[in-house]
Amino acid sequence: MTPEFVLDLMIGLALVVVAWAALHSSELFRGVIFYIVFGMLIALGWVRLGSPDIALAEAAIGAGLTGALLLDAVRQMGYGPTRVESTPLRVAAAVVGFCVTGMLVWAVLTLPHAPGGLTVDVLAAMDRSGVAHPVTAVLLNFRGYDTWLELGVLLIAMLSILALRRRWSLAGGSPPAAEPLLGAALSLLLAPALLVAIYLLALGAYGPGGAFQAGAVAGAMGVLWYLAGNRSVAALGGVSMRLLCMGGLLAFWVAAVGGMAAGGRMLQLPPGWAYAVLLVVEVTVTVSIAVILAALFVGARPLPDGRG
Amino acid sequence: MSLLDWTTAGLLSAGGFFFLAGTVGLLRFPDTLSRLHSLTKADNIGLGFVVAALAIQAGTLAVALKLVLIWLLALLSSAVSAYLIGGHVLREMVDRGSIDRAPIQNEDHDDA
Repeated sequence: MTPEFVLDLMIGLALVVVAWAALHSSELFRGVIFYIVFGMLIALGWVRLGSPDIALAEAAIGAGLTGALLLDAVRQMGYGPTRVESTPLRVAAAVVGFCVTGMLVWAVLTLPHAPGGLTVDVLAAMDRSGVAHPVTAVLLNFRGYDTWLELGVLLIAMLSILALRRRWSLAGGSPPAAEPLLGAALSLLLAPALLVAIYLLALGAYGPGGAFQAGAVAGAMGVLWYLAGNRSVAALGGVSMRLLCMGGLLAFWVAAVGGMAAGGRMLQLPPGWAYAVLLVVEVTVTVSIAVILAALFVGARPLPDGRG
Repeated sequence: MSLLDWTTAGLLSAGGFFFLAGTVGLLRFPDTLSRLHSLTKADNIGLGFVVAALAIQAGTLAVALKLVLIWLLALLSSAVSAYLIGGHVLREMVDRGSIDRAPIQNEDHDDA
């Protein structure tokens, strides 16, 4: 047994134990903490699998931002023992869960055996992609359609928040009371964090990084800025906030239609222009992701009149 | 093993000791404030030893400085989060009446 194998085994076992603890803790708060630990362990697992891109996104979004959202939700629901649902509902949930797991296992087991998957095809087409990092090439160029739809999912989540608030903007909620030390720490951290976000964005062209990771870091700073007692993204007016949120989707739409107008198929980037188009799309997508992620947290705070 | 490797091994062991001690404290201490106290030891000193161990193996100054920067950021975030958790616990203790008033007064706070 090599040390690496022991480490992987420990991560794998810890994942199962922590997942069980997250589902079976007697208090919601405890469950959420275990869920955050689970996210960090998953990120570690992705690093061990050689996928730093997914590890970064998982740590920032899965553990960080989702954790903050869940902690806030627990606080608003009141700490206390978890409510146990009725037995038929739990049986139904277990059946659905086992069915989904079974289908996933079946899908993995019946995958056509192709050593290396699509890696060969991707690497062969890299010189036409406009970037030097294969993951970014797949996400933004070869499978840009998927990323486009993911932005749609984020926007729908954002719209749901606005619908629940029955308002067109994030204005109205009062930011939490100012924490002096958090504010002071943030004034130190804001510039380096912004630098990290820009670095991750630029790194996406030739290394692990890109729009989702950069957007998550910037969005997390938006959440912290709000928690320090500032209005953060809620200070954006209705129109400018909606434009910023839709920007990523629109940029992809322009790239899609532009490709068709240039005589190609939808989302087919003209060779030679690929880098420029991807740069504009990636920057816009980053801003949209940052604003939406921060807005999901800020918009989920209760309004003074009790709505939302 | 060279002298450098021995130094790294020593520093890593020292870091591991502080992480172990901090974890034992986290599991065994009776209340939140004492647990915070033990946790910050692991965060600050333990990570400091590990970073020092890795920095002398880094090869280039840039990588070593990056490692030190990570330690400084961890110091900052651990100090701030310990303060926030500690403040929350103190306010709860005041609310429950187990102490008269919080040593750190935070005016008009409704975070509870």
